[in-house]
Amino acid sequence: MNMNLYSRGDKFFAICIMVLVGLFTLSTLYPFIYIAAVSFSSGFAVTSGQVTIVPIDITFAAYDRVLSDPMFWNAYKNTFIYTFGGTFVSLLIIIPGAYALSRPQLKGRRFWNFMVAFTMWFNAGMIPFFLNMRDLGLLDSYFGIIIGFACNAFNIILLRNFFEGIPDSFTEAARMDGANDFQVLWKVFIPLSKPAIATITLFCIVARWNGFFWAMVLLQDEDKLPLQVYLRRVIAELTDDEEFVSSTVNALYSFETVTAAIMVCSIVPILMIYPFIQKYFNKGIMLGGVKE
Amino acid sequence: MQNIQQYTSRIMRHIRAEWQLYLLLAPTIIWFIVFLYVPMYGLQIAFKDYSIFKGVAASPWVGLEHFYTLFESEQFMRAIKNTLILSGYNLLFGFPMPIILALGFNEFTKAFFKRTAQTVVYLPHFISTVIIAGIVMSVFSPSVGVVNLLLVQMGFDSVYFLVQPEWFRPIFIGTGIWQEAGFTSIVFLAAIAGVNPSLYESALVDGANRWQMMWRITLPSILPTIIIMLIIRIGNILEVGFELIILLYQPSTYETADVISTYVYRQGLQNAQYDLAAAAGFFNAVVAFVLVLTANTISKRVTKTSLW
Repeated sequence: MNMNLYSRGDKFFAICIMVLVGLFTLSTLYPFIYIAAVSFSSGFAVTSGQVTIVPIDITFAAYDRVLSDPMFWNAYKNTFIYTFGGTFVSLLIIIPGAYALSRPQLKGRRFWNFMVAFTMWFNAGMIPFFLNMRDLGLLDSYFGIIIGFACNAFNIILLRNFFEGIPDSFTEAARMDGANDFQVLWKVFIPLSKPAIATITLFCIVARWNGFFWAMVLLQDEDKLPLQVYLRRVIAELTDDEEFVSSTVNALYSFETVTAAIMVCSIVPILMIYPFIQKYFNKGIMLGGVKE
Repeated sequence: MQNIQQYTSRIMRHIRAEWQLYLLLAPTIIWFIVFLYVPMYGLQIAFKDYSIFKGVAASPWVGLEHFYTLFESEQFMRAIKNTLILSGYNLLFGFPMPIILALGFNEFTKAFFKRTAQTVVYLPHFISTVIIAGIVMSVFSPSVGVVNLLLVQMGFDSVYFLVQPEWFRPIFIGTGIWQEAGFTSIVFLAAIAGVNPSLYESALVDGANRWQMMWRITLPSILPTIIIMLIIRIGNILEVGFELIILLYQPSTYETADVISTYVYRQGLQNAQYDLAAAAGFFNAVVAFVLVLTANTISKRVTKTSLW
């Protein structure tokens, strides 16, 4: 809208809004700045209460400590396996499934769609899911984590709706050229649905990268833990670790700086894909006007 | 008999012709059966004396025994109460915030500021619960956390926020708003984007100011969206962010922090009382199911469109 049309009252109103939204924005940003500042400060500066916004006695000691722990790298590697393996398997199931569910010639289409959608309203819950995973022999395994969370109703319905919006003329033209379902999906639907598929891919990546609860419940072997569970353990175990309790004075790193450093290491990859997330999730929300 | 034969042969012919479609569908359906429907069959342990060795099917039935135990247990009743209280507060304080933010964003005239602010407020939604909990713990840490540093500087005593039951609710609700309000505002921003611009133009001609336009045009225009979102939220009232609770609570705060899902987690996965915990989960799932169906019916009536 044109600035010239603003009266003085409007300007005052605009400033009030700017201040309010600005305050909310700053208070959202501040904790991240604080964590980053702590991670780059010396342990002593933090434990003596000097760090609030900027790092004090700048040091990389906490990062040295974190990055020299082989378990950290192992957890990082595992998170990559779960994230990319999991996302790949998800797409492998979701894309063909959504395609089939969007085709009018599929017999029992209403039934299959209901079967998928029903799980959004009714869920057996934690315990039966866990016992089922145990009965399937999927406890403590990479494969269990990857396959057990590969699918969900929301993503399938989202993509199915998008596929349903593709005009029949495209499908018919491909059919005329003698394309079968695999070819129609691969050569027509997938190229036409790049934004929707990108959205789902990002949903999967973010969910996998951040997933912690089931990894904590299903995995026992330390070698298989993802980053988030590793971080939780570090927070829980280092709290009363001798190394930290006894070395609060003049220490280069402390419990606080080490956990902050791990948090920063875990946030950075999300920040790296954040521009893509921003580009697609707006669309995803619009697409997600989930309708039966 | 002949009908059935005819029918089967027709189906077989159809499948032979369209086998590719069913092959593409198969992984999805198998996955849903194996990972979501088999557990629903396993829910029967809520009515059984479950033994790991006998398995789901062979364990003896006990009827409603676990449900009697649950409703006589103070812990479970406390969990129901806490779930409702946390959800209620969340609705009360958390629901208006994204609307206010969206209205605010809409008033921004400089695209750069608007984009920057949005980029920042959407971010916490994409950060893992473990990190969020880690941030809460360090910000509220009793000795070095910035909140306590501030309190001490202002002459107050420092407070060990995370071990005091009376502080759990404000911290949990506040964290939820901090994490999700920005992201949820997208829905309302989308609704605002759909408002007919000619309404503003004629209001401008009539000499309306920005405040009046927001109050009289924008807000009423997005009211249907607000109502749908409110109904969804009420339908999901049993859903609380239990992952964050598991990371933040401790025995000293169970009194205000323990909700149904954390109760299920402790009884079932930590104490291996699978049948009792499954019963608690079953109760939760059934009530949630009824609530969501009711919410959907109401929203159908109100807006003439189903949520699904």
